[in-house]
Amino acid sequence: MNTSNIAVIGDKDSVLCFKAVGVSVFPTAEVDEAREILEKLIRGDYAVIFITEPLAAGLEEEIQKVAFQPLPSVVLIPNSKGSLGTGAERIRGVVKKAVGADILSDGEEG
Amino acid sequence: MRLSVNATRMELLRLRKRLAIARRGHKLLKDKQDELMRQFMELVKSVRGMRAQVEGQLHAAFQSFLLARSTMSDQLVEEAISFPGMKLRLKVSQRQLMNVRIPVMETVVEGSIRCYGYANTSGDLDISLKFLEGVLEQSLKLAEAEKTMQLLADEIEKTRRRVNALEYTLIPNLVETIRYITMKLSEMERSNLSRLMRIKDIIRAEG
Repeated sequence: MNTSNIAVIGDKDSVLCFKAVGVSVFPTAEVDEAREILEKLIRGDYAVIFITEPLAAGLEEEIQKVAFQPLPSVVLIPNSKGSLGTGAERIRGVVKKAVGADILSDGEEG
Repeated sequence: MRLSVNATRMELLRLRKRLAIARRGHKLLKDKQDELMRQFMELVKSVRGMRAQVEGQLHAAFQSFLLARSTMSDQLVEEAISFPGMKLRLKVSQRQLMNVRIPVMETVVEGSIRCYGYANTSGDLDISLKFLEGVLEQSLKLAEAEKTMQLLADEIEKTRRRVNALEYTLIPNLVETIRYITMKLSEMERSNLSRLMRIKDIIRAEG
């Protein structure tokens, strides 16, 4: 059993507050920069990486790469401007992959 | 599609054995798939709830932090929180769920959230950080649950492929091949019999 770190990537306004609770914060607003950071973090000793939804939209490929590995867990969070629903959308995508049909689209949500 | 094997009795016995094993494997995998699916659906339900909750709380946390920032200068805020007294780490171990290895995370909190003097900071900052601490706990649970969900989904997909491969390819192929060999063998048997009868006739006619 080993201990790992937690990281947050996002625009400064949103993620600055995480710094106070002892999480590694990587403020950036650029997708390219975020990609570099993310790749570095994936190789590093990070178990959970939070990324704000607007940034994650441009990093789909990188996120998918680690989605089915045990670690790290990349989690989308809304930024300070509110949720885009990308996180919920991802859950739906995973369900679709597992079940073979989009069973969440109506029914429960409607 | 028929497998390319010699139509012999030995091959027939071998194939029958394989068919029995394939059927048993298919049943087992089907059961595994059902159970995985059940667990997965349960998890999805809780993850959806958790995510909605976390998103709502994070939004509230951001807002209260924004409020705190508005009453203090940017520089002061950065100064206050740039040397956190609290360190959050994760103890990661593994657990097996339906033969899928999933991470189990346990938060290790070192130090206290108060890392700044009260003199220069507003009370709003204290409140917002306290709030954020609670949200973070929830978000980490969400991280664990989402990862488990993804890993289960992957396993379900793999299992489904295996079940389908057995059900729609291997088992039908084996059945067809077994039938082909049975037919071939009985055909050979019949032709042998008629040949013997014919030879017998010839010998009788000559003798």
